[in-house]
Amino acid sequence: MNTHEKEHCLEVIKKHQIKTNYYNNLFMSFLGGGIIAVIGQSLIYLYSLIGLENDICNALMSSTLIIIASILTGFGLYDKIGQKYKAGAFIPITGFANCMTSSALEYKSEGLVKGIAANMFKLAGSVIVFGVLSAFFFGMVRYLVGLI
Amino acid sequence: MRIGKQSYKFDNVYIKESATVTGPKEALGPLRDYFDYSFEHLHMNEKSWEKAELALLEKSIDLVMKKSNLNDEDIDLVISGDLINQSATTNYTMRNYSIPLIGIYGACSNAILGLLLASIIIDGKNANNILAGTSSHYGNSERQFRNPTEYGGPKPDSQTSTVSGAAMALVSNTGDIRITGGTLGMVIDVGASNPFDMGGAMAPACSKTLKCYFDDFNKKPSDFDLILTGDLSSIGKPILRELMREYKYDIDDNHNDAGLMIYNFDDETVFAGGSGCACIGLVSMGYIIDRMRKQKLKKVLLCGTGALLNPLIISQNETIPCICHIVALEVVE
Repeated sequence: MNTHEKEHCLEVIKKHQIKTNYYNNLFMSFLGGGIIAVIGQSLIYLYSLIGLENDICNALMSSTLIIIASILTGFGLYDKIGQKYKAGAFIPITGFANCMTSSALEYKSEGLVKGIAANMFKLAGSVIVFGVLSAFFFGMVRYLVGLI
Repeated sequence: MRIGKQSYKFDNVYIKESATVTGPKEALGPLRDYFDYSFEHLHMNEKSWEKAELALLEKSIDLVMKKSNLNDEDIDLVISGDLINQSATTNYTMRNYSIPLIGIYGACSNAILGLLLASIIIDGKNANNILAGTSSHYGNSERQFRNPTEYGGPKPDSQTSTVSGAAMALVSNTGDIRITGGTLGMVIDVGASNPFDMGGAMAPACSKTLKCYFDDFNKKPSDFDLILTGDLSSIGKPILRELMREYKYDIDDNHNDAGLMIYNFDDETVFAGGSGCACIGLVSMGYIIDRMRKQKLKKVLLCGTGALLNPLIISQNETIPCICHIVALEVVE
């Protein structure tokens, strides 16, 4: 196949691609992310009702969402939620929980050490690396601004 | 006998028997009545996806032997391939049999590549009975080529869903469905790089081998009742048709894609269609063979398409090399 033929084939392939409905994706992400946020906020209110301190309420809310997302992943439901609500489901902390639980489940067959422990961060690892890295840089900026 | 550079004509090669084994999702599809056996659960009562696929392949070999009343001694050779690294399914399954093995890798074109190689060997009178087959499993493909099965990141609409199943054909020097010829494909890489659209990437390779087949055998698309491609998906199908029209071989009237036949499209987990080795394997060895035996189809062209990508090399910004192999089937009157 010569270069001209290849380029022509690529043009034909490009012409037949399915168009992504970005408006729909945006709306569904907004809706999904919003619903998770509402659940989170309601949890904070609930925990504060039983008289817990603000900081503890926030931490408890995060843990509750993580547990719920992990259980939904185990039951094979979170991937369906993710497919429907797109970034609205995988950007919040629940998405991170799904990331780790799904990897752990997938590599369960290779055992506790070589399987689950070694592969649990396979997808989540990059989030942690860039999370730590950006936290370091923003921390530096904050410190330097404070010096002035 | 070789015709041209890549095509082969056979005089005395037949598909004598075939067997198909599927997972649960395929058993709900429109072709469910044509499959021999379906497992109820995707795990096939095994502890891992890999072992589940072993169960699929083993069951298909046992079934084809049972249907044809043959055992290990009667079968001269097995030609099989799958998608797992090191062709693990094929190699691990074949330790249970005393039959020589040729393990092949042509990605999703395995089923047709196997048929073609078996035909070449039988036509050369080097064997009488050869089992040619393949297997694939949704969980294994997701794990090796994509993400963990329960990962919630959204999948693009262009993605295909790997068919879980195994198909096995007994190729022999007697039988009722003749393999008249075939064309071995070359690796074609036009520069497509989206691993979530393999149908589109494979279409040019398919058009090349199809054109070569028609040229070498001096045939035209209307000579066939059906031209069946493997797993071009809803994206690759119109691309192939357009490229074929440019070659002056219009296949619009009698072309279909196995990936678009095997599933109910109401199922939202199907996306752009079925894919995987077992896709064309199940449709051809189950549905097509049955239609041919009932004389509903007389001449069929099977085009096995394979995306030969390696997940590591794709991450290094490489493109997707693709291949397509063709065999022609004809009912013996």
